Amino acid sequence: MKAIFKDPRHYQIVVLSALLAFGVTTRAFEISPAQVAAILATALGVQFLGSFMTAVRFEPRSAVITTLSLSLLLRADALAPLMVAAAVAIGSKFTLRLYGKHVFNPANAGIIAMLILSQTVMPGAAWTTPGQWGTALWLAAAVAGAGLFVTYRSARLDVPFIFLGTYAALIIARALWLGDPLAIPMLRLQNGALVLFAFFMISDPKTTPDGALARTVFAAGAALIAYVLGYHFYITDGIFYALAIMCIIRPAIEALDPAPQYKWGDPVSRLRPFKRLPFSRPHPMPAE
Amino acid sequence: MRRSFKKTLFAAASATAALALTGGAIAFCGFYVAKADTKLFNKASKVALMRDGDRTVMTMANDFQGDLKEFAVVVPVPVVLEEGQIHVTDSAILDHLDAYTAPRLVEYFDEDPCMVYEREEMAMAAPMDAVTVTASKRQKGYGVTIEAEYTVGEYDIQILSAEQSDGLAAWLTDNGYKLPEGAEATLGSYIKQNTKFFVAKVNLEEQAQTGLHYLRPLQIAFESPKFVLPIRLGTVNAEGKQELFVFGLTRSGRIETTNYRTVKLPTGQNVPLYVKDEFGDFYKSMFREQVEKENERAVFLEYAWDMAWCDPCAADPLSRQELRELGVYWLGSANSGALPRRPAPGGAQDVYVTRLHVSYDAEHFPEDLIFKETGDRSNFHGRYVLRHPYKGDASCEAAKDYRAELPKRFEKEAQTLANLTGWDIDDIRDRMNAGNQSFTPPEPEPWWKRLWGGDKKEG
Repeated sequence: MKAIFKDPRHYQIVVLSALLAFGVTTRAFEISPAQVAAILATALGVQFLGSFMTAVRFEPRSAVITTLSLSLLLRADALAPLMVAAAVAIGSKFTLRLYGKHVFNPANAGIIAMLILSQTVMPGAAWTTPGQWGTALWLAAAVAGAGLFVTYRSARLDVPFIFLGTYAALIIARALWLGDPLAIPMLRLQNGALVLFAFFMISDPKTTPDGALARTVFAAGAALIAYVLGYHFYITDGIFYALAIMCIIRPAIEALDPAPQYKWGDPVSRLRPFKRLPFSRPHPMPAE
Repeated sequence: MRRSFKKTLFAAASATAALALTGGAIAFCGFYVAKADTKLFNKASKVALMRDGDRTVMTMANDFQGDLKEFAVVVPVPVVLEEGQIHVTDSAILDHLDAYTAPRLVEYFDEDPCMVYEREEMAMAAPMDAVTVTASKRQKGYGVTIEAEYTVGEYDIQILSAEQSDGLAAWLTDNGYKLPEGAEATLGSYIKQNTKFFVAKVNLEEQAQTGLHYLRPLQIAFESPKFVLPIRLGTVNAEGKQELFVFGLTRSGRIETTNYRTVKLPTGQNVPLYVKDEFGDFYKSMFREQVEKENERAVFLEYAWDMAWCDPCAADPLSRQELRELGVYWLGSANSGALPRRPAPGGAQDVYVTRLHVSYDAEHFPEDLIFKETGDRSNFHGRYVLRHPYKGDASCEAAKDYRAELPKRFEKEAQTLANLTGWDIDDIRDRMNAGNQSFTPPEPEPWWKRLWGGDKKEG
């Protein structure tokens, strides 16, 4: 029993499932059971294939989390675009690797890939729907609270707070400069999609730096890029692009603050913030 | 002649800054639904937004009912517009789009339960409802630059840029616009975002020449990465909420707001028959109720339709010329011989239409509406169903069951209506009873009635 709760992924699966159920029942999320099933089947299939080809143990939990994340964030009329996203998401874990870690957050990679395809060769195939959660504060608080627990378990409590704190500081500063009422930045900060992103996507321990300082740079950088993309280039999906960009430059950040790599189920104390450990290159790990 | 009167600035179409002020008889006919010709929504505006990539054509209509001298509108625009980017169109086109996309009532007549034809009668919500140019010039003052000046149709238009909000406010005040309190801060925010201001008043001489007693919709075409409808100026001192209808005309699919939730209006429910005579009230009450249910923070989707795939098309779809007039440039004109991207049968056109309805005020909608175009091409429309019971003679067993089921069905309709509109359920039941939708189950026929019934007739 204890072992079940030691791995934060279990909490994450429970919480994301609950959010999906909540979204579908009370927020009319436009995702059908068939679409969720198609994403899940593709994710598990690619995970299995990847595990087989790299000769590691088949591990379904991360594929389930990716399925839930995609179901919460990506929309399409058909099944195929969501399956492509799932395949890219899981496939990227096995193919795009550096220093023994996968480069991209899997669900983020899937979303970005489909967004780019939707703007080029498959017009309108898939899209995100940042407004779907509405802006009810209590909802944001619930997501944050649940996410808090998950990220605490996975020793990444700092990431959502640094990300949201930096992002909040930027948009509040902008509102003050413009002379806008603070209701405007508050509206943006209560966006369920933003909170979900902060607690469940960018805080993924496998694709955030292991060193506390590097993590700070990573989270703050993502917030800054998201702000610039959103407010200066009017890109509504700025947060996803921001995370992808930070993932690309993550190895450079990690080189400045090396730390042992997180493994699922590691106790929190092992990764106390700012407790520097002797220099060591992140050791290669097979994809889980 | 110096203008001695104070203009009433009012928020034109949404996007606009409607600074509605004094006395403005800004009564706005909502739409007339079914036979009801009541004004459904006051202070409403209609905006059609053609969007393709960065290309945008905004058509803004309002049913300004006051003294035309008092009409003035300030619309924040992202770029300085050239004369050719401004146009005045026929209000009938927006009215048509409104009528075409309005929530509607559908009637079905039950068939003879003993033996299915169906007749669909649509009570469509009727709608709520030319160019000369003068040379442009520049002048400076108050830190305000008149970037351009045109007379288009019945409007005198100026495009302003400003350095400071107080300068702009002073300029507007000195030029006969009366600004509400609080407008200056909002103007300042737009100025810092490098926004220009499209300012229009009515040119009375030109207006007289049109021979019309109303103002025609203004159109602007521009390119901008921002897909935004500025509503903030309109909320500055508005009394109560304002109604806005946004008609999206896009290529890939439905539009929705990114900073507010877009919610589908309840649709497809069976409602009591008497709703037919008060569809306007029904729609208005239902909309209010849904707004409340969403904590007054939602934008409502009322219609979303792929016009390339209407088979059959709803009555009287928009023609290619009308759509082009609204900015759908890719259709090609009827005479140009340009072909659409894919052949469209009948009245079908390669356009996706979205109708959004929002009731907004500063408290619940502090920020401008930011839109995105999705790839969703599924169809949706607000539609309410009247089911007429079968009235003819029918005496088979099935008919008895059918009649026995009717009260249950009526009760469900009553509850649906109460739930949708917030109307009192007992009133609804009374109205239904009065309207021949009785909740009293038919007297069960004594078991012996049919025992020798047939024999008697013979004798």
